[in-house]
Amino acid sequence: MSLLEVANVSRHFGSLIAVRNVSMSVEAGELRAVIGPNGAGKTTFFNLISGFLTPTSGRIRFDNQDITHLLPARRVWRGVARTFQVTEVFPELSVRENLRIAAETAAGYRLRPWISRVADAEISARVTDLSDMGGLSDKENRPVGELSHGDQRATEIMMALALRPRLLLLDEPTAGMGDQETFDITQLIRQLHRDHKLSIVLIEHDMRVVFHLADRIMVLAEGAMLAEGTPDEIAANEAVQAAYLGEAA
Amino acid sequence: MRALNQRAADIAVWLLLLGMPYWLDSVGGYTSLGSRILVLALAATSLNFLLGFTGVLSFGHAAYFGLGVYGVGLTIKYLVPSTLAGMAVGVVAGTIAAAIIGALIVRLRGIYFAMVTIAFGQVFYFIAYRWNSVTGGDDGLSGWQRQPIDLGFTTVDILGNDKAFYYLVLVSFAVAVAIMAALLRSPFGRTLLAIRENERRARFLGIPVDSHIWLSWVISCLFVSLAGTLYALLNNFADPHDLRWDQSGDFVIMAVLGGMRTFWGPLIGAAIFVVLQDYISSETANWMSFIGLFFVLVVLFFPRGVLGLIQRRSAP
Repeated sequence: MSLLEVANVSRHFGSLIAVRNVSMSVEAGELRAVIGPNGAGKTTFFNLISGFLTPTSGRIRFDNQDITHLLPARRVWRGVARTFQVTEVFPELSVRENLRIAAETAAGYRLRPWISRVADAEISARVTDLSDMGGLSDKENRPVGELSHGDQRATEIMMALALRPRLLLLDEPTAGMGDQETFDITQLIRQLHRDHKLSIVLIEHDMRVVFHLADRIMVLAEGAMLAEGTPDEIAANEAVQAAYLGEAA
Repeated sequence: MRALNQRAADIAVWLLLLGMPYWLDSVGGYTSLGSRILVLALAATSLNFLLGFTGVLSFGHAAYFGLGVYGVGLTIKYLVPSTLAGMAVGVVAGTIAAAIIGALIVRLRGIYFAMVTIAFGQVFYFIAYRWNSVTGGDDGLSGWQRQPIDLGFTTVDILGNDKAFYYLVLVSFAVAVAIMAALLRSPFGRTLLAIRENERRARFLGIPVDSHIWLSWVISCLFVSLAGTLYALLNNFADPHDLRWDQSGDFVIMAVLGGMRTFWGPLIGAAIFVVLQDYISSETANWMSFIGLFFVLVVLFFPRGVLGLIQRRSAP
């Protein structure tokens, strides 16, 4: 049984059909890329999976349970975490505080009006691990809003990871980054996938990143699925080439 | 270093408050002015729990402040002549009203939330204003006064002794403020900061934002109704204007004036507000226009408030 099972979802905005009858199944441990020209409905598709939007029709199952109409917070509790195309962090709080809020929520402490020394030490250790893994340890006490775009992105990804997700959704993780930052983030995602066996779905525009990372690729165009397959199959697919060339022209 | 400065500032604040009845006279004040500052500081600090640390603006906190005011007044006048029982009734009434109204409005955001809090506040104002036979209507509720507190081994005469009443206010203030400060340093408090900073991110970290805002609102209203009970006891009077929307506005002004991102800001704001009011109103009936002018200057030039400015200056 697949970890994530999306069956025939559509999303309408008035007369606009942003996502049309798209299905996808992601196996545990898989890294799936979703690509497509601008306006193909990739982010809307993501929003349906993470609960930011609910589909007009179709079903979404995660770990064998229907999550189609579940609130975002409840999907997080079941193990679906996401990042956003435009980085979403807590800008006035430090890197450590950002990570700590995520770690405490994941530990089920969100309503606690106090925290024991033991629990506090455990959370602190977890935050330190995450900060190290994200390459953030030398700036972990600075407000995230003051950091570079790449470091803010890394913070956001580590926050999602602090939730101990079973499925990580990354919306254009390298958008707006320079070559070095893109390389660093790519290495980080690869490490999460290879070493931590995390299931990941990512939207990405940078084809070097996609072909370097993905086990399988799904191509969306005008809201519908155009193709799906291994990176080699997608590279050879004529319909995909036409869609991208059409955009370039 | 920073933590050390913070601790030094905390100690200085508490020492100043502890000694206030003894040094206030020498700078031209009087004890009940100090009590008034503390009571309004408690109200502004409670409002700021929601405004500064959850990022939610309420323009209707006077309603719950006023429920505290009338709760204590009506209890002492009609039910039992006990200060503490009156305070308990006021706080419970304010908190229950806030819990119910909060559940109705917690899905609203920004200006819509603020407008609805005003609307609900005005409902309470008109009840107090119109229900002459019980609340005294526009004349307010008089004919009652705060009662000595019987502690078993001794009786504290808060009626005849202004200093004793000041220390009742200070103890209430200290307990309320300590609870709020502790909450803000807890995992729950951090979720509130998270909501203030970025609601969408908070939601997608698994924080049910609406229920956390509701909790923050109820806690904030609980302490503002405690402030209301103390305010009524201070005046030995319940005034319908205490729950009108412009009273809510005064709380917002105090919090913003002092600095709403700082914990002690609302205390500073309330002190400035009350002292300006006290001195200017003896010179002119238009004292509010001077406070308004001062407020505009602070917002224009020091958007982080008086205390926010000081903290920024002293930061490394």
